[in-house]
Amino acid sequence: MPHAFPLFPQEASTLAPAVDHLFYFLTAVSVFFSALIFLLVFYFAVKYRRRSKDEPLPKNQIINNIPLEVMWTVIPMILVAIMYFWGADIFVKNAQPPKNATEIFVIGKQWMWHIEHTNGKREINALHIPVNVPIKLTMTSQDVIHDFFVPAFRVKKDVLPDRYTTEWFEATRVGKYHFFCNQYCGMGHSLMRGWVYVMSPEDYQRWLESGVSGVTMADQGETLYHQFGCITCHGTGKGPAFAGLYGKPVKLTDGQTVIASDAYIRESILYPTAQIVNGYPPIMPTFKGQVSEEQVLQLTAYIKSLGSTGRNTGTP
Amino acid sequence: MPRVHYLNADYGIKSWLLTTDHKRIAWLYLVSITFFFSIGGVAATLMRLNLLEPQGLIVEPETYNKLFSMHGIVMIFFFLVPSIPAVLGNFLIPLMLGARDVAFPRLNLLSWYVFMTGGSFVLYALIAGGVDTGWTFYTPLSTLYLNTHVMAAAGGVFIAGFSSILTGLNFVVTIHKMRAPGLTWFRLPLFIWAMYATSIIFIIGTPVVAITLALLIIERFFHVGIFDPALGGDPILFQHLFWFYSHPAVYVMILPSMGVVSELVTAFSRKKIFGYHFIAFSSVAIAVIGFLVWGHHMFVSGQSVYAGLVFSALSMAVAIPSAVKVFNWTATLYKGSISYEAPMLYALGFIGLFTIGGLTGLYLATTAIDQHVHATYFVIAHFHYIMVGGAVMGYMGGIHYWWPKISGRLYPDAWARVAAIIIFVGFNLTFFPQFILGYLGMPRRYAVYPPEFQTLNVISTAGASILGLGYIIPLIYLAWSIRYGPVAGPNPWKATGLEWTTSSPPTTHNFEETPVVTEEPYGYDRLAEEIQVA
Amino acid sequence: MIASRRKYKLHNSQAVVAEQFDDRTQQHEAASLGMWIFLATEVMFFGALFTGYTIYRNLYTTAFEAGSHLLNAKIGALNTAVLIGSSLTMALAVHAAQTGMRKRLMTFLVSTMVLGGVFLYIKFAIEWVHDYRDGMVPGLHFTYSGPQASHVAMFFCFYFIMTGVHALHMIIGEGVMTVLLIMAWRGRFSKESHNHIEMFGLYWHFIDIIWIFLFPLLYLLGAHY
Repeated sequence: MPHAFPLFPQEASTLAPAVDHLFYFLTAVSVFFSALIFLLVFYFAVKYRRRSKDEPLPKNQIINNIPLEVMWTVIPMILVAIMYFWGADIFVKNAQPPKNATEIFVIGKQWMWHIEHTNGKREINALHIPVNVPIKLTMTSQDVIHDFFVPAFRVKKDVLPDRYTTEWFEATRVGKYHFFCNQYCGMGHSLMRGWVYVMSPEDYQRWLESGVSGVTMADQGETLYHQFGCITCHGTGKGPAFAGLYGKPVKLTDGQTVIASDAYIRESILYPTAQIVNGYPPIMPTFKGQVSEEQVLQLTAYIKSLGSTGRNTGTP
Repeated sequence: MPRVHYLNADYGIKSWLLTTDHKRIAWLYLVSITFFFSIGGVAATLMRLNLLEPQGLIVEPETYNKLFSMHGIVMIFFFLVPSIPAVLGNFLIPLMLGARDVAFPRLNLLSWYVFMTGGSFVLYALIAGGVDTGWTFYTPLSTLYLNTHVMAAAGGVFIAGFSSILTGLNFVVTIHKMRAPGLTWFRLPLFIWAMYATSIIFIIGTPVVAITLALLIIERFFHVGIFDPALGGDPILFQHLFWFYSHPAVYVMILPSMGVVSELVTAFSRKKIFGYHFIAFSSVAIAVIGFLVWGHHMFVSGQSVYAGLVFSALSMAVAIPSAVKVFNWTATLYKGSISYEAPMLYALGFIGLFTIGGLTGLYLATTAIDQHVHATYFVIAHFHYIMVGGAVMGYMGGIHYWWPKISGRLYPDAWARVAAIIIFVGFNLTFFPQFILGYLGMPRRYAVYPPEFQTLNVISTAGASILGLGYIIPLIYLAWSIRYGPVAGPNPWKATGLEWTTSSPPTTHNFEETPVVTEEPYGYDRLAEEIQVA
Repeated sequence: MIASRRKYKLHNSQAVVAEQFDDRTQQHEAASLGMWIFLATEVMFFGALFTGYTIYRNLYTTAFEAGSHLLNAKIGALNTAVLIGSSLTMALAVHAAQTGMRKRLMTFLVSTMVLGGVFLYIKFAIEWVHDYRDGMVPGLHFTYSGPQASHVAMFFCFYFIMTGVHALHMIIGEGVMTVLLIMAWRGRFSKESHNHIEMFGLYWHFIDIIWIFLFPLLYLLGAHY
């Protein structure tokens, strides 16, 4: 591919070649049928052009041919079915990140991106990641709907207010690649962009540890856990304990069972009366307006760190 | 030309503004939508000029955002949606059916006034400083984060929606109840089938977007939280309700054009249409399936994977009837007697460009690819191929074809062919590079962009200037022809169809006596002399 | 032709056929189909509201029940009876038109208008005023402070919008009935020609049916009577 006039963005993720190959197939089909129609129309228009003003009407006009109709209905159906299943296969396989994906957190707001790594390192309008490591972005917006789009990775996802969305990718080449906000979000929409820096594992490690005070997101979450007084209930048995909670099923008062995910934890902090854990009274106050999206993510990181083999159990 | 016809039967502004004659109402719409087209076109010109430079050549991002919003709102709701239905549909449906007028002529006039009222609200929004929501009005941006004239613009679209609903209602009743004796369903011109399918969409889809925009206005005005997540609302609900109409709306914009193409291809190859029933049923199938695919605008919205798979499958299905039509039109050309007057050039252009536009829709229906090209210039290229390369070319072809009937005059075909070719070339130059830009990753609605996208943007803008020139030329010669064009006889194209059996222009009541139909449509297999010339 | 030049006479009840139609039958069938299609658009119009309502009710069931409980179901039931009564009088009006009984037609039109007016009075002057005073109007005066107040506010958003849109349709109906009353008084309708009355009857019954769905969905959530 000549660099002077690229037709494709670089293939820089595990997903990109699969998407491009499907794209080639669709392009082949499209070029074939476009050429077929253009050529047929052009050929018929020339071959059957009216040669004189008084040319008689065409005789023996064929106006129906069922086998032909069937053929040009069935063949397109088969072709679109191939496109559908091929695309659905890629789509479904890539819908969930691998279990070992490294988590990075993204908060979009008009008109910039805050990004935070679990070790506490923050960046703005830039995303540094290691090559050949699956990365899962957990994203939310502080205002309107945004979208995090990395053309070189062939992936995007809307970033919503009051909700988490996730997107994942595994970069395959070191380099820097654009990312764009891809959901119109107002005045600064076209400026809300930056670079993804894909680095070798050593470079990434060096970058990750530079300029960081050693306070991880989980550490900050622990501080908040005390600061906001969560410990007064959740560390004393008045509220559900956090040890080993993350990712486990939780039974609610209405009989439903949900998984304690990032979204569940966020909702519990901001809308505590929405889903009450079975056996507990609905007395938790809301922290909406007091705790920021970043702090919610830090608290979640803390709870995640309290696995059953965690270093402490969050009790006083 | 008859001494007294619908254009000179009555004089004065009142006779036009209070007319109930469907042909005069068609003129009212023709003038209004041409006006709105020029506004949308000016916006597009400024946008493409701005995009010559990566940093934006002539406007700030704030202004650019208003330009693309106004371009979308005006072009979609005040040009494309009414274009063929309200101009050609209004003019031709009673004529093609052998009727004196539509079922509810006064309702027809009301439709136009409602349309103009909606348009006034949008013009007010424009003059008072513009609106920058995008034509899609996504929440919570449009409800909580913009202080432009959102309510006026949304209100204008809301009001204009009722115009569509009333027009659709009128057409369905007219087609059901006012066909001439002997005009059974399968003797109807395919233009009528297309207008019928379009009217179904008007009736079922438009009320939903009306309520959605009303809810948006209520939320903005009363500061309640129907779509505001902070108050328990769901912004994705807005998207579902909005696209439930707005996807079928694109079929509203293309089906009438397909109907026109069926008429043009037969008239200018002097042949019966190939696969009449297939084309007729395809129109209905597109209308029905078109209501089931709206979620393909939301694959990356946070919608579930499952929903994505269902909508993707249905979106593939909706492509098939369109493909069937393209093949049937091509087969109609086979062993025809083809001439290249401007209407035919537009029809042939439509077939080619709609094919490309439709095929690129498959990329967007394919989930894995859409994840990459959603909301990029690829989408913009796709829908402009369909809307401009398809719908507008069909509209232009129809205007030229029926111009002798509408005005009683012939336009200069040489100029018309030149304009058609200029439009075809300019169009491709404008929009083909945008497919590449989109796959490269340039997002839509960007006022400024990374420098490596510049070359393609410059090519696109160059094409746009040619395209714009192409649209100006017909304005000039069509206007000229009203006064100075040669008088057209009743049937200058020697075409079939009831509209060609009456005078050009028709008298106010269309037919001296109600015609009786005994033949299939597109009777080009009969001897030339048998084609009625009134 | 200019719209103001009417083609039908107003001074007696001779059958009149508008000039675009061939005969009365075609005119009647067109009017009927037109009204049914219009009602289909109304179904879609209200349908979007019912869809939004259903989604939020599923999300916030307890809050919606709490909101519903704050409404006075007895008054709602009274209004339902009033509206059903008005559908009865409307049906009787249509029958009077079909049998050419002018005075009876006018009587039942007036009754329908009165009952419709009673409905609107109860809705606006009693219910809505009371709701406002009690701080149940989101955006204007909302003082509910129980749990999930914002979701209860969502309920009331839908309550006011849905009953408001419904009431708007009734007000338009009252306007149309006024015109019909005047036309009836002038002898415009006859046994042979009374499309307007029939078509309006369809519209009025439709408004009634919408209310019959609205009443339980808004007033009777989580209720045990």
